[in-house]
Amino acid sequence: MGTFYTVHFWLFSALAIVSALAMVTRRNPVAAALWLVNVMFALAALYVMLGADFLGAAQVLVYAGAIMVVFVFVVMLLNLGENDVKEQRSMGVAVAASVTACLLAAELLYMIRSQPISSAALTTVDGDALSPIANSLFTDNLVAFEVTSVLLLVAVIGAVVLAKRGKVANVVRS
Amino acid sequence: MIREALYVSAILFSIGVLGVLTRRNALILFMCVELMLNAVNLSFIALSRLHGVSGQVFVLFVMTVAAAEAAVGLAIVISVFRHYRTVDLGRIRLLRG
Repeated sequence: MGTFYTVHFWLFSALAIVSALAMVTRRNPVAAALWLVNVMFALAALYVMLGADFLGAAQVLVYAGAIMVVFVFVVMLLNLGENDVKEQRSMGVAVAASVTACLLAAELLYMIRSQPISSAALTTVDGDALSPIANSLFTDNLVAFEVTSVLLLVAVIGAVVLAKRGKVANVVRS
Repeated sequence: MIREALYVSAILFSIGVLGVLTRRNALILFMCVELMLNAVNLSFIALSRLHGVSGQVFVLFVMTVAAAEAAVGLAIVISVFRHYRTVDLGRIRLLRG
């Protein structure tokens, strides 16, 4: 691991964390969505640096490209502004939430720190990065793959039924 | 760099938890849930360097489920908005005792 690798690893890590903090604190939903896209891109870079090239590309396509576009689309559709939602500003809730999150982070960091992770056991990615994933996906996990396709079908139908106004929704409600 | 990636993953997950606990906008709450899913994906990919490629396969499944969850969740948000004219979770209190 050279200096170039280390510097860029920490660069993208810092970008992800700062963007996540910015997302959590934005009042405007569109600004929050764009900061989240920033997190997704930084994470895609980290995936590539960890040897998961295909998943880095999938992250950009699926998360930054599709899911976040749907989020922004819904924000625009509902025409939400900055002042439509009264954020809870009571100090007690904010302090309790911050303490909980900090405790969770401290516990997770301590747990990771106490684990023996030897860098000697690293599996090297030799050449084609995609065929091991495809082999595992279409042999060991074939049933899960097929069930996932059914899940997507159910999600599509469910989204249409839930969001559609009129006959279908009335039938479901009654 | 596996340990460092796990550190980053833990911090991102905690930020997502912080957002879920503090925000009252349903859409931003969904974004925080997506952030937590992404943090878990990062730890899967880091650990797949140690334990083989099945971690990466699982990340594919997580992405699919996240897409399905976003579609259904946003449809629910639209439906709730039609009914209450707001996405403020503090004002949607029908089930609150």
